[in-house]
Amino acid sequence: MKPSEQSIVTKNLTKKYGTFTAVDAISFDVRKGEIFGFLGANGAGKTTAMRMLTGLSKPSSGEATVAGFDVYRDAENIKKHIGYMSQKFSLYQDLKVKENIAFYGGIYGLRREALQAASDQLIHRLGLQGEVKTMVKDLPLGWKQKLAFSISIIHQPSIVFLDEPTGGVDPVTRRQFWNMIYEAADRGITIFVTTHYMDEAEYCNRVAIMVDGKIEALGQPSELKVRFETDTMDDVFYQLARKAKRGD
Amino acid sequence: MQQLIAFIKKEIYHIARDRKTLLVLIGMPIVQIALFGFALSNEVKNTKLYVIDQNKDEMSVRFIEEVQASQYFDVVGYGEDVGDVDRILRSGVSQISLVVPPSFSSDLRHVNQANLQLITDAINPNVAATINAYITAISRDFRNTEMGDLKLPYTINVETRMMYNPQLKGEFAFVPGVIAMILMIICVLMTSVSIVKEKELGNMEMLLVSPTSPAIVIISKAIPYFVLSLLIISIILLMSTTILQVPIRGNIFLLYGVSSIFIITSLTLGLLISTLTNSQEIAMLISLMGMLLPTIMFGGFMFPIESMPKALQIMSNIIPAKWFYYAINDIMIKGLGWSSVYREVLILLGFTLLYMGISLKKYEIRLS
Amino acid sequence: MSNLSIILKKEFIQISRDPAILRLIFLMPIIQLLILPFAADYEIKNINIAIVDQDHSDYSRELIGKFQHSNYFRLTGYETSYKNALKLIEADKADIIVEIPNNFEKTLVREDEATISLVANAVNGTKGNLGAFYAQRIVQEFNSKIRSEWIQFPRVNPIPLINVEYINRYNKRSDYQTFMVPGILAVLITMIGSFLTALNIVKEKEIGTIEQLNVSPIKKWEFILGKLIPFWVLGMIILTIGLVISYIVHGITPGSNLWILYVFTAFYLLAILGIGLLISNFSQTQQQAMMVSFFFTLIFILMSGLYTPVESMPFWAQKVAWMNPVTYLVDVMRMVLLKGAQFADVLGHLKIITLAGVALNVLAIWSYSKRN
Repeated sequence: MKPSEQSIVTKNLTKKYGTFTAVDAISFDVRKGEIFGFLGANGAGKTTAMRMLTGLSKPSSGEATVAGFDVYRDAENIKKHIGYMSQKFSLYQDLKVKENIAFYGGIYGLRREALQAASDQLIHRLGLQGEVKTMVKDLPLGWKQKLAFSISIIHQPSIVFLDEPTGGVDPVTRRQFWNMIYEAADRGITIFVTTHYMDEAEYCNRVAIMVDGKIEALGQPSELKVRFETDTMDDVFYQLARKAKRGD
Repeated sequence: MQQLIAFIKKEIYHIARDRKTLLVLIGMPIVQIALFGFALSNEVKNTKLYVIDQNKDEMSVRFIEEVQASQYFDVVGYGEDVGDVDRILRSGVSQISLVVPPSFSSDLRHVNQANLQLITDAINPNVAATINAYITAISRDFRNTEMGDLKLPYTINVETRMMYNPQLKGEFAFVPGVIAMILMIICVLMTSVSIVKEKELGNMEMLLVSPTSPAIVIISKAIPYFVLSLLIISIILLMSTTILQVPIRGNIFLLYGVSSIFIITSLTLGLLISTLTNSQEIAMLISLMGMLLPTIMFGGFMFPIESMPKALQIMSNIIPAKWFYYAINDIMIKGLGWSSVYREVLILLGFTLLYMGISLKKYEIRLS
Repeated sequence: MSNLSIILKKEFIQISRDPAILRLIFLMPIIQLLILPFAADYEIKNINIAIVDQDHSDYSRELIGKFQHSNYFRLTGYETSYKNALKLIEADKADIIVEIPNNFEKTLVREDEATISLVANAVNGTKGNLGAFYAQRIVQEFNSKIRSEWIQFPRVNPIPLINVEYINRYNKRSDYQTFMVPGILAVLITMIGSFLTALNIVKEKEIGTIEQLNVSPIKKWEFILGKLIPFWVLGMIILTIGLVISYIVHGITPGSNLWILYVFTAFYLLAILGIGLLISNFSQTQQQAMMVSFFFTLIFILMSGLYTPVESMPFWAQKVAWMNPVTYLVDVMRMVLLKGAQFADVLGHLKIITLAGVALNVLAIWSYSKRN
């Protein structure tokens, strides 16, 4: 495989806080346009790993490149080429829908015409034409979540990081949300998503399961189910998570 | 009982874990008492004095030496020209200019009457009045030493005694004020914000659907703050008696009794604020602007209520801290007993009942 | 549009929509500048006086009349015994007792000397002291009058006298409010600057939006400037509102050198915003940020010379006071508004505050880490 086809490459990526090793020498590649699931119990190190890849936190050791940029030297360049949606809801509640789009589009460098076009397209796709002037705090949670995702990819990043994006959302909205993820992936955006929901793991092209800071299993969901001799990802996860020593 | 203990434990954890806030709560009164004890005072001393001596003979030099020798003045410069005075005062180089006119000593010797001129930066009228009074006193002493002590006929002597606080310390008025202020912060601000926070996080709902009665939830919130308040009051009292040498002349149990009542008044006020809003920010704003500022303004310890316009004096009656201040003053400084504070205690109890009544009313509305 | 202008636009929209902030901006100056100067009036007046007259003579009645007609005193008790008068002090109904002894008039005439006793409640030291001082002055005036009735003075003074002529500059009416208003305005600007900045940034931390910004290509300085500029503008608006109120309500005319105040405040706000930024960097929750700001603001205010003169502090405390930015603004406000200072008079202060502003902001930007 040529390196240019890879979005994320990590090798022995490690993060230590004092004597505690939050992420312990993880190595994996994520291909362009892939939907890559990152699973693990609370405290397994998913969020820490993601923070290193998004440039929020400096690794203790190991190597990683994201969108071709090194996480040590080029963190600022990485930020220009990724999108991010955190588990905490990150739109401004006291700004209108349109203002949020303009703000985030603006800080990712979209200029007037491009911003206008992207904004119109986004509103149209979400069917939010009637809500352009609504405060975000007055939108139903499902819409907020979809809006947050759309905004996180408004600048056409090559990768988008989603940190437990569907927490607290009803099943119908979750379904719609995943449809949006597929659409984004079809447009060539690499998706890196952490989740608790094992049925969502089935939607991913490949998944990595983290236990106690290490990647214990990596592969396509179907592959993993065969390897662990079971029918569900739930069971795969359960078999691995049982071995965990650290809890929440 | 078991439930109550479980809840109280939880509250104690919350308070104890937020180290920064706890540090501020305990540190604030300590720093304030220390500042008032060691740094701040209204005493006027080391006033920067600029001298224009146009007389320049032995007597005028002696007079200026006399002024210099007092602890109240520091001579920062000498000049010739009265025209310089404005510039000197404006730039803050000196606060006062003393002009000794050319004929000062000859006038005093020959016509028994001499003039001095003082040009004072009077932006603070009290300081200016005090400075002027000091120079007058120094000039009187100077006349007496120069001319010999003269006994005047028909003299009315005034024998003055300063009651309660003969050294005229500012701390006496300040200690009860610091107590009232810190109680406002802990009992009103902290309590209301912590209840509203639980509402925001949705924990309140969880507690309310649990088999615990709302009364227990509220009481368990209040008890740790009550204890913390008593602890901080003890620290303040200990510091003020040792460092500031402010006496506790009255009964210490009465002092704690009255303080406990004021704590309860404040706690019910915090509770009331928490029933009015669902947002931490608003709760903070109401507590700060609505309660803390008025307490500082009308608590009687920073600004004398008697000097305020009538309307403000009437307004001050609705501030519980004012009544607490009166009661604490009577007990601590004046050493009076129960008979002189029962009125204040009754008023504080009245406030408590009022706040509690409104809170219950609000609470019922929410449930129905 | 540059990143900075995008952030600024967002901040201004948010501020304009936040009713709490808007209320704060308009109500704080009004409440503080309207009510506080009246409340913070240390001018001692309306002193309650109780008189114990055991002489019941013409002189005693005349002296009591003098007290009644003075502007400083209010006769609240006319008692027959000292014991009863003391009860009035205990109940806070009297601040001063003047006791005129039996045979006062007779003693004065026969023995050339008589004594009046004066007891002041000194729980509030300043009030007790000044009250006693005013009472003594009334007795002295009364004394001179009596003396002049008994002795015909020759043309030249029989006793040598040094007259002191007082010229009080800058506050001719000796008005305490005039003294307080500029200081209160200084505190107001300080509080708005530090509190709001700290709370605003911590709020983004609490909501989680700050993380969203941290993974974006926004530069550290763009984010910080985007936060500082709106509050800098707010501070300048508060200054303007405050000046208008002081002019209309308190009759303080700023004069032609008002620009000095604006220049100084512009630099001063930089320092204060830097402090707000520092506090936000070390706080996780709004409650914490508020407590910490409150703690420092209170110390800053107490040490600023607003209530007690800096000159009255011991040497070490004066050093501390001149490390406190608020001291500088309070001083400059008074210099410009009351004393009509020239630019050269405040230049020294301006240099120090600018230096402090740079240092504080460098420290704040350095401690604000986009990565942790």
